[in-house]
Amino acid sequence: MDDTNPQTPDQPSTSIPAALEAVGIGKRFDTVIANQDVNLRIEKGQIHALLGENGAGKSTLVNILFGLYHADEGEIRINGTPVRMDSPRDAIQHRIGMVHQHFQLVPVLTVAENIVLGHEPTRGRWLLDLDRAAAEVTELAERFGLAIDPRAKVEDLPVGIQQRVEILRALYRKADVLILDEPTAVLTPQETDHLLTVLRGLAAEGVAIVFITHKLREVLAVADRVTVMRGGRVVGSTTPAETDEAGLAEMMVGRSVVLRVAKTEARPEANVLEVRDLHVRDDRDRPAVDGLSLEIRAGEIFGIAGVDGNGQRELVEAMTGLRIIEDGTVLLDGTDITGRSPRQISELGVAHIPEDREKHGLIGQHSIADNLVLNRYFRTPYAKRGIRQHAAINDDAERLVADYDIRTESIRAPARTLSGGNKQKVITARELSHGARLLVASQPTRGIDVGSIEFVHQQIVGQRDSGIAVLLVSAELDEILSLADRIGVIFKGRLVTVADAADLDRATIGRLMTAGST
Amino acid sequence: MNTLSRYRWWFVTAAFLVAFTLFTAEFQQAQTTAVLAATLRQSTPLVLGALCGILCERSGVINIGIEGQMLMSAFAGFVVASSTGDLLLGVTAGIACGMLMGAFLAFLSVSLRGDQIIAGTVLNIAAIGLTSFFFQTGRSLPSGKTSRIKLGPLADLPILGRVFFSNRPLTYLTLLLVPVIWYALFRTTWGLRTRAVGEHPSAAETVGISVVRVRYMNLILGGGIAGLGGAYLSLEAVGSFERMMTNGKGFVALAVMIFGRWNPIGAWGAALLFGYANAVQTQFQFRGWLADDPQFIGMMPFIVTIVVVAGFVGRARPPASIGQPYSRE
Repeated sequence: MDDTNPQTPDQPSTSIPAALEAVGIGKRFDTVIANQDVNLRIEKGQIHALLGENGAGKSTLVNILFGLYHADEGEIRINGTPVRMDSPRDAIQHRIGMVHQHFQLVPVLTVAENIVLGHEPTRGRWLLDLDRAAAEVTELAERFGLAIDPRAKVEDLPVGIQQRVEILRALYRKADVLILDEPTAVLTPQETDHLLTVLRGLAAEGVAIVFITHKLREVLAVADRVTVMRGGRVVGSTTPAETDEAGLAEMMVGRSVVLRVAKTEARPEANVLEVRDLHVRDDRDRPAVDGLSLEIRAGEIFGIAGVDGNGQRELVEAMTGLRIIEDGTVLLDGTDITGRSPRQISELGVAHIPEDREKHGLIGQHSIADNLVLNRYFRTPYAKRGIRQHAAINDDAERLVADYDIRTESIRAPARTLSGGNKQKVITARELSHGARLLVASQPTRGIDVGSIEFVHQQIVGQRDSGIAVLLVSAELDEILSLADRIGVIFKGRLVTVADAADLDRATIGRLMTAGST
Repeated sequence: MNTLSRYRWWFVTAAFLVAFTLFTAEFQQAQTTAVLAATLRQSTPLVLGALCGILCERSGVINIGIEGQMLMSAFAGFVVASSTGDLLLGVTAGIACGMLMGAFLAFLSVSLRGDQIIAGTVLNIAAIGLTSFFFQTGRSLPSGKTSRIKLGPLADLPILGRVFFSNRPLTYLTLLLVPVIWYALFRTTWGLRTRAVGEHPSAAETVGISVVRVRYMNLILGGGIAGLGGAYLSLEAVGSFERMMTNGKGFVALAVMIFGRWNPIGAWGAALLFGYANAVQTQFQFRGWLADDPQFIGMMPFIVTIVVVAGFVGRARPPASIGQPYSRE
């Protein structure tokens, strides 16, 4: 790890003041220290990557810089002058723009309305001039190469375009500093490449850019400078030239990490899962899975790659009995499980790691022990004649907590008190200690720390090696590429390609994800 | 979806009602005129209540206290008008009382971030309690209720003249408020910001709009309109105050607002439909038709409510952030 915080808080080391500077920022939420003595210096025309795991304090820091949170201590300086940042209004006045991780756009309003909101062009004092707004947005979009239809409703646009609206909104307010919070988390590889090009262009025009991410490859591709945070503190600052992926990962986690999963050749056997011509509708009653077929054999990992919202969620829910199947069949070891209840399907040997672990994976108020038997609490030895057997439940829990390295003080603690990674371990332990034939894992590592990702990946590969069929659905292309033996690309509810992982590369998959064809 | 198909049911309903009215007018002009005039009269407090609801809910706050706001304002307006003899002062007092209760609702639900349903219930219970406690019999308006204003020659038109152009001042004001609020909501910066706050408050906050300020402002404005509705009841419709005189109109106004899809024009149409059902029912009872089954006739407006809300509303989408207290951190 090299030089930590090159300048001391009180005397900027360079003569040209930084576009945006945070000095000694501290922030706590109740007892949790989110930021402690954080210093950050953003130069004009530079892309500054802010790297760290979930919970490292990156989002807290930028929310403070944008006036959404109030720092308990420290100072924010713009061009060398200390400023008050009490609300986003102040930040906007100081020409700071932000592209939020969860887009801050009003879905039912148009692109132009969203962009001008708060700074609306008017006729007279009150009357909205939406024609002028549309014209200004079009002009701005053309200038920065971010083509857009100003009169489209935001809710009808794909995420990549919605993000474009957020960027344009910041530029409309003439931002000198642009903060992007995890901007690539929702993008396809092509969209990511385009975004990075746009960012370079903006930097060339003199905009200072703060780019938050946990994807190391992007940092190395685009950043001029990297600051790494861990546990609420800045642990180091470097440049891409001075480091590599392994070096950055070590700074992030504080120890060396295995980035690629060690995995042997798959030895697939007979088909475990057969899905034939499946049709499923989404919550709005539109076709989401539209004639999808696939087969997964014992001992292989079948990865489904695709942009979120192409039917992945509905596919997983249909297969686990959580959503009504309109048409088609699902066979497990030759048994028709179409239309069976979630419990019947689970009892037949389908393990499920759901996409939203808070909502569908755990009961937050219940103890860890109870959560560990959620899929078998009704069976002996966990219950006898309808009476729960706490000894058996607790023995099981103690064993699983040890086996799966679940970090908790007690098996009686409510599950909600666990960190994201440990919650995921609870779910994984419960589902995989159940004698499963098929594991359906949806976004199994979304939003958890690198250490837990490593663990979950090892578990998935371990299950495969013990002869279980695995269906892996992930929006992280890297995850699919490093785990899957065969890959299916999903587009508008169908698999547009199914091939051995070795025969597909990142660029091809990316094109298939967005266009449905190469 | 194009406009025509979206409003298909509206057109069908409206066409049916117009045809039915013309048919009855052919034979019973006096009764038809009376029903239509009563429709407008009955709809006025519902429109005002619904406009209040629209202003609140479009900014993301549920207001089930409209009933209480109207009742309290009806009382305040009546007390001031009967003791000063000045109707205008009474109406002003009604509006001010509504605004005050709106501010109180905002304090509970925006500043203290309390449950909005409970905050609204507090208003309703407080209004019933206070008006019953301070109510004195024997008070009256020295100058009588607001008087009819005939709009020149328009008032002499057959049927329409009697229905639309020969009304009392608050009725005209209500008819004016509907397009004004529609225009403000969809064509001004205030309206855009209100809708943004109601749909996605944190998005509004990130572009520098104060969610708290917008919600306070809308709840107070809405309260003023509900207050006007209360003043209408005591000073224009009845001419005195009676215990519980709102009689559920504040709640029906909420149904009107939902049926009108949170749109002032839609709510106006919905209120007219409810008013019409009520007017027909009154006319039936007045004439002694179906006199053997008075309960059946009394039921009609409610059947209309159920059919309409269950059948037509279906896909109405409320403002997304409704009911959720907003806090930044």
